[in-house]
Amino acid sequence: MTATFDFDGRPVPFRAGQSIGAALIAAGVLSWRSTRVRGRPRGVFCGIGVCFDCLIIVDGRPNVRACLEPAKERLDVRRQDGSGHAEITV
Amino acid sequence: MPRSPSDSVHDVAVVGGGPAGLAAASAAAAAGCRVVLLDAGAAPGGQFWRQSSDADAHRDGLPRDRTYARLCTAVRSVVTYHPRRTVWTIVVAAGGFTLHTTGAGGEGVFRVAAVVLATGAFDRQLPFPGWDLPGVFTAGGVQALLKEHGVVPGRRIVVAGTGPFLLPVAVGLVTAGAPPAGVFEANRPGRWPLELLSRPGMPSLRHMHTDGDARDLAGCVAARAAEAARYVGTLARHGVRVRARHAVIAAHGTDRVRAVTVARLGEQWTVVPGSARTVECDTVAVGWGFTPQVELATGLGAATRLDADGSLVVTVDRRQRTSVPGVFTAGEINGVGGAELGVVEGEIAGRAAAAELGRAVSWPDALLRRRYALLTFARAVHRVYPVRNGWRNWLRPDTVVCRCEEVTAAEAAAAVDELGARDERSVKLLTRTGMGWCQGRMCGFAVGRLVADGAPGNPRSVAERPLATPVRLGELANGPGPAAAAPGSADDPAEPGQKEAG
Repeated sequence: MTATFDFDGRPVPFRAGQSIGAALIAAGVLSWRSTRVRGRPRGVFCGIGVCFDCLIIVDGRPNVRACLEPAKERLDVRRQDGSGHAEITV
Repeated sequence: MPRSPSDSVHDVAVVGGGPAGLAAASAAAAAGCRVVLLDAGAAPGGQFWRQSSDADAHRDGLPRDRTYARLCTAVRSVVTYHPRRTVWTIVVAAGGFTLHTTGAGGEGVFRVAAVVLATGAFDRQLPFPGWDLPGVFTAGGVQALLKEHGVVPGRRIVVAGTGPFLLPVAVGLVTAGAPPAGVFEANRPGRWPLELLSRPGMPSLRHMHTDGDARDLAGCVAARAAEAARYVGTLARHGVRVRARHAVIAAHGTDRVRAVTVARLGEQWTVVPGSARTVECDTVAVGWGFTPQVELATGLGAATRLDADGSLVVTVDRRQRTSVPGVFTAGEINGVGGAELGVVEGEIAGRAAAAELGRAVSWPDALLRRRYALLTFARAVHRVYPVRNGWRNWLRPDTVVCRCEEVTAAEAAAAVDELGARDERSVKLLTRTGMGWCQGRMCGFAVGRLVADGAPGNPRSVAERPLATPVRLGELANGPGPAAAAPGSADDPAEPGQKEAG
């Protein structure tokens, strides 16, 4: 059986050693973040942890770099809008 | 006079597990030092010798590298290797240095007597309309997806930018079954033999000190020429042509890239009128050379210089010594020159660190000669693949220049033209360019060129980054204290009795 993690309610398959970002791209998902100012879509850009464009929410933790974070079974991965702290914005 | 070893279990810390770091760690250990290798990556190799997550995926057909195998064996047997540890600050402490790490490998503190920094480089970027669309990747990012994760990011992929690195990326895509829809090199690579042989005022075959030097350089040139010919041959067999003096000057789409504008470039990269055409694609891999990661060295106060490619690099002497006693650097941090040069510099830096700590080391003449040849070749490469100023005309007012803080070209221009900013630091303070998550690593080069009217500007003014990578407040609170987080504080010795979690 293929290992999967959960991305916004849908299972995303991954191979051992793949990052969350790589698995999402392989599944056809290119964007999982909207920027703070202009609400523009972003995904992986540099792919090696330098640019921080691919930030994503993993198990409730915002601002995780999808290009570096290893994919693991049953992770709860969600897209990140704005700063990723929408729930504490006043 | 040798520095006294610290009271910790290691004498030397090597930062970075790429070719230079592996070579440095191996050399220092061979000279009798107890070495700890701190690597941001998950396995030894760095960006160049990238470990595939699936051994059978996307073999690129190149011979398995013997140097890599040798260094991995050495590092595994005689060096303490810590993967997924990013060093976020280094503090000068009595008789040595304290390195603080973050990352999935764990927070940690390492006390050593000498440090070798081999932190490598990342793709240099230039802004262009649409470069922030999903589906536009750095060339290195596409390479990482291919080689490490076995993922081809699209079906119709355009490779563009400048530099010899575009070729292996294009070949990697061919090997993965996705021949690029186009490969566009903004410079004229055919000119490099000319640059090497006849350019006045630069080291060349005619200026070599000895016949041995000339032979080393000739061997280096022959090897690189053969490699390039192999890449171009592979591409040609798959119907992929490398178009010189062409560039992707805009990417189009709303939610993702759907097409790019490709144009023929004049001498200074101005667009040749009437040459623009649309190429449909779903992915772009773009890179304009590399930017060395110097912040750990600048944080320690090491002297820097501008390299031939306009990058800020750490100044070293013949033994890879920086201006800070006990701190050595090797590889791209001293100037982008490739893996082979990185290994040579690493072998010298590891020996030099060991010598500093009083170990007996040998200095093979061949090693020093080889570095000279490879440095000479690297300089010629920089001359062939410069970033020319015409790219600034590709920008539109609404083109995002700083991706993190979403600063547009118009806003950056206003800081210069209306508010009188004369350097990248002033633009940063006025517009927030380089203040976001990436700390100017993506936009720094471009913003400097925009302010200084195409000249390199003052990159050191924005390359001082007290923290080499973002850390959580808790790590900062448990770390070296506020003194270490302030620029220019590297000379302050850490208070005795500070927290040591290592």
